[in-house]
Amino acid sequence: MAVITYRQALKDALAEEIERDENVFIMGEEVAQYNGAYKVTEGLWKRFGDKRLVDAPISEAGFIGLGIGASFLGLRPVIEMMFFSFVYVAWDQAVNNASSLRYMSGGKINCPIVIRGPANAGTNVGATHSHTPENLAANFPGLKVVVPATPADAKGLLKSSIRDNDPVFFMESTLLYGNEGEVPDDPDFTIPLGKAEVKLEGSDITLVAHGAMVLEALKAAKILKKEQNIDAEVVDLRSIRPLDKETILKSVKKTNKVLLVEENKPFCGVGAQISHLIQREAFDYLDSPVHRISAVDAPAFYSPPVEKIQVPSADVVVREVRHMFQIKA
Amino acid sequence: MAEIIEMPKLSDTMTTGTLIKWLKQEGDEISSGDMIAEVETDKATMEVEVFEDGRLLKQYVQEGDSVAIGSPICAIGEEGEEAPEVEVETAAPPEESDSDESDGTNEEEEPETDDAEPVAEENESVSAPAPAPSVKSTTDDGRVKASPLARKVAEEMGVDLSRVQGTGPGGRIVKADVEQASQSPQTPGAGTSGPSFTFGSIEEKTEKVSNMRATIAKALVKSKTEAPHFYLQSEVDAEALANIRQDLNSFLAELPAQDGGIKFTVNDLILKAAAMAAVQVPGINRSWQKDTIKQYGSVHLAFGVAIDDGLVTPVIRDAQNKSLREISTEARELIKKARDRKLKPDEMSGSTLTVTNLGMFGITDFYGIINPNNAAILSVGATIKQPVVNAHDQIVVGYRMKVGLSGDHRVIDGAVGAQYLDALRKLLEKPSILVV
Repeated sequence: MAVITYRQALKDALAEEIERDENVFIMGEEVAQYNGAYKVTEGLWKRFGDKRLVDAPISEAGFIGLGIGASFLGLRPVIEMMFFSFVYVAWDQAVNNASSLRYMSGGKINCPIVIRGPANAGTNVGATHSHTPENLAANFPGLKVVVPATPADAKGLLKSSIRDNDPVFFMESTLLYGNEGEVPDDPDFTIPLGKAEVKLEGSDITLVAHGAMVLEALKAAKILKKEQNIDAEVVDLRSIRPLDKETILKSVKKTNKVLLVEENKPFCGVGAQISHLIQREAFDYLDSPVHRISAVDAPAFYSPPVEKIQVPSADVVVREVRHMFQIKA
Repeated sequence: MAEIIEMPKLSDTMTTGTLIKWLKQEGDEISSGDMIAEVETDKATMEVEVFEDGRLLKQYVQEGDSVAIGSPICAIGEEGEEAPEVEVETAAPPEESDSDESDGTNEEEEPETDDAEPVAEENESVSAPAPAPSVKSTTDDGRVKASPLARKVAEEMGVDLSRVQGTGPGGRIVKADVEQASQSPQTPGAGTSGPSFTFGSIEEKTEKVSNMRATIAKALVKSKTEAPHFYLQSEVDAEALANIRQDLNSFLAELPAQDGGIKFTVNDLILKAAAMAAVQVPGINRSWQKDTIKQYGSVHLAFGVAIDDGLVTPVIRDAQNKSLREISTEARELIKKARDRKLKPDEMSGSTLTVTNLGMFGITDFYGIINPNNAAILSVGATIKQPVVNAHDQIVVGYRMKVGLSGDHRVIDGAVGAQYLDALRKLLEKPSILVV
């Protein structure tokens, strides 16, 4: 097992799947000759050539539509969004065609497309480049929504997403690209979609998170253990849809308290859905209301110091847990 | 003949219209095709056209009024004709125009109050002082604040939440509080320095209302709230009653059961008398049925039996046709069944008159609540020795029993109740008639 970056893990997954399956190709703005805006596809064009790495003009509705059409005919496109926020211009393609065609064709047409790229705030690129649309995507039956937090998950989940016969929104976080972690070398290493993972075992409270928030939750758990002797359990959703209800409920039933940590906006966010799930299925196990922290309910800020506080951090998680345990700061 | 013009339905979703402007005034001449008013619907402002000729006799609606579709707005007729009187169906003023859009703006302000506080506001929530653990866990309306888990654990452990001190936010009881409460014995208040003996203790507890208790509560609330009760009382010279009972028992009780040995209670005699008196004053044996008053042809006599956690009223059917012995035997069986909880529903229903007796507890006088669908309940007190004035104006020791009657004034009046009590008193004072 090698220690590699999240970015490298994604690149390895792409390369391995291109090698494994001749139907896989990558398309997007600057993915080929320029080597990718965030260097995820660096070197792949040289290695696999024009047929497998396709540069597209600024025309998301066009090239996502092209990818969807290609997927109907048996190819397995991986479409890179330079920023995930750009997916909105192709929303009609994604939600009217990609998500529904299998249903509308009575199961005759599959849409094995992966739409991937960096989501979220954190790199001072302003409101229009900093969206966190996993809650929106998850609202459409037929779309799968995957949000990896670690290099190993990035690799295993991306490979599963490419091999999946349904359209997958694969949301990376710009802030995670440089993170390192152990990743299995096995070219058949995959992680099934729809399986959450308990990243840290604990008995006093469950922190449910996804994407970059998993790392904040883990940092917070460390602080809580050290300062308050509170054993937090961290559940990493990994997939928003399908959602792994069992793992969430099992953890809540064990700890009886839950704090949902998400980078989503609060209103109709992923946490709202999970909160509903918990109160419905584990009401008798709750020793406290379900608490939830999410991003500031405003368009993302451009100003670096303000942007920093718009997304929950480990400190905020610690504060909220203290609040839940009635520990005065 | 004047024509009434009604509020027209001007759009599919319209239910009311606001008449914002009259285009024709009272007295104006109207021709078919004229626009008479402007009406604002849920969608737009539109003009109301009429197809009559004549004069606008009367406007029933003022400018600004909102009225339902089909409601009259004006009358058109011949000059000099009297406009008919009509009733206008006004409506609550419509909400701000185009409520669809305003909904959206309202919603947007809501996240402020959402649990998921935006991070920027975190500082506030954290700097707020944590509630002190000693906040009481019971709200003013008596509800115990406890987490769902604490409730579940308390039920499993048999812990009474009303006695548990909550340490959660706002004094909410959490699991740890229940666990702690189940471990610590119920100690008396600390620091007490009174005498060390006690008369025993009372276990404080909260119990779920049993089905029986709920049924009793429901029936009696219904009775006491729906039936206007009035109360009468009569004092009975119970000496003869006590004597005849003693005579009967001293003879019959000695006999073996198979030979008809039996021991009568005072209650048996009262039941017999109550049934006989109801035959003499049938007005007491009635029921209020909302639109009718039912006169029953039989006396189905209920009597109260206290059991462990409630009260039942088994019924002796056709009591007017039964001998004292039959009534006594049947009452005894019903009491046993009641205590064994073996009464069948039909043995507890369909009464027409009820007797309740608290004499055995030394209660001298009281008034029961009428059994639903009866017109009256008899409340029998204890027979007590007391000084009385006899027929020769001497003060002597006498036996007196008070019989109360609660009557449903919807069905019977004081006179009927009084006649009934009088008949009952006479029977009880000349009790030999009861054993005929």
